[in-house]
Amino acid sequence: MRQSLAIVGLGMIMAALQVPSGANAEPVDDALVIDDVEMVTRTKAPEGHPFDEVLSGWLFREGETRELEADSFQNPGMLYVEQGADVWNRVEGPDGKSCASCHNDAAESMKGVGAHYPKWDADAGRPINIELQIDKCRVENMGLEPYKFDAPEQKALTTYIKNQSLGEPVELDLSQGELQSWWDKGKELYYTRTGQLNFACASCHESNSGQYIRADHLSQGQANGFPTYRLKQADMVSLHNRFRGCIRDTRAETPKAFSDELMALEVYVTWRGTGLSVETPSVRQ
Amino acid sequence: MKQVTRLLCAALALQAGAAFAEDTGPADVKFEDFAVQASLSGQAGDAAEGAKVFKDRKLGNCLACHQNAGMKDELFHGTVGPAMDGVADRWEPEQLRAIVTDAKQVFGEETVMPGFYSLRVGKNVREDLVGKPILTAQQVEDVVAYLATLRE
Ligand code: HEC
Ligand code: HEC
Repeated sequence: MRQSLAIVGLGMIMAALQVPSGANAEPVDDALVIDDVEMVTRTKAPEGHPFDEVLSGWLFREGETRELEADSFQNPGMLYVEQGADVWNRVEGPDGKSCASCHNDAAESMKGVGAHYPKWDADAGRPINIELQIDKCRVENMGLEPYKFDAPEQKALTTYIKNQSLGEPVELDLSQGELQSWWDKGKELYYTRTGQLNFACASCHESNSGQYIRADHLSQGQANGFPTYRLKQADMVSLHNRFRGCIRDTRAETPKAFSDELMALEVYVTWRGTGLSVETPSVRQ
Repeated sequence: MKQVTRLLCAALALQAGAAFAEDTGPADVKFEDFAVQASLSGQAGDAAEGAKVFKDRKLGNCLACHQNAGMKDELFHGTVGPAMDGVADRWEPEQLRAIVTDAKQVFGEETVMPGFYSLRVGKNVREDLVGKPILTAQQVEDVVAYLATLRE
């Protein structure tokens, strides 16, 4: 039985009574190769990690979904990569600049970049993710407003930038600024139970990853594939949108995108996926 | 006419009030030896209603976590908790009532099973749900009556 059964007098009897849950719901043993590059979907966990092995959410999906991600001609998320390339090159704002004006060819300048976010932002005194870095460039270098959360351009650009790191292993440098204390805060949140249903992230993605919750095969809840193309929504889904959805499912009030809570969670959850390849745009059900 | 309506309303209000007054509040449920002896609503449960509570995503949604051979027609059964087959051979109705009311009283704080008639909940509960248990007292009784039929 996977659940850690707290011993409360009845514990012994309970253990004897429990029937093992039926369907054995192991992640698949399969290799993900995208454009001839093999992705790391399984790797030894970093020190201090609750698991021995870190697993990509891809391993928990149905065959059809896995195939969609493996074939970049079929992957609907690739449309957003193309749109992101358009936005990258589009001149916008009073200064007459595009992203490319400063960063030239993203295939070179952005290669590997997305694998190391969130980063410490000394100016803001807090961590920033790709979305916030884009906003920073828009405000400071282009004379533009930040994007509204989940604006189509924000999702497309983030997808495009992350896609330049396809296959690169996720790795954070927690020694930057105060990033370590945000990791600590994120860890605390990860184990905090919320809502009327009283679940923590760990209730689903740690204690029960591999199990089914109704139709959903619970993965480790990794961030390495974001933004992700969700078949159910037929759209790209940002990481903070996913966080908010999972928190809402506990019947709790949801923190705002890019709030301190969700940035701390992003730092911690991203770290939990250390060593997995960036899979953006991943495909999920 | 007006008079009659008013009388009717008063009668209905009385009736609703009476049914309600017999509910034990979530904070007042007595757990003894991992069991709750008295019906939470003061009424017997209805097993057919309980089956609905068990599968309805908006009510118990028990099927999200528990497989149940008696509900083969439902497509998706979860595996987070033990299968419900023969659960009435393993637990007395009073114990089942305790488990559904507040599983933590039986399995310990670590269990992921929600307390369905408990106010010991997580942080930042959605505003419109503050102070409300997941199920009503009668729904708990119904689901317990249903579980009591699951013998092997
Ligand atoms: C009630 C169960 C539940 C809780 C609690 C929960 N999640 Fe999830 N989560 C899911 C399900 C179901 C999915 C979709 C299937 C999967 O990938 O596991 C999912 C998916 C995810 C994904 C996407 C994984 C991928 O590969 O695309 C992330 C990231 C995630 N969750 C993070 C979190 C975080 C962070 C928390 C806490 C704030 C949390 N979840 C709480 C059920 C839950
Ligand atoms: C989010 C998951 C979840 C939900 C939802 C859930 N349970 Fe459970 N349930 C569990 C787990 C896990 C256990 C095993 C105890 C443990 O290990 O913590 C359990 C144990 C039980 C047991 C004892 C089973 C046995 O064979 O010993 C009963 C009875 C039960 N649940 C009934 C229900 C009913 C009825 C509902 C809905 C009203 C429900 N559960 C909803 C997770 C859940």
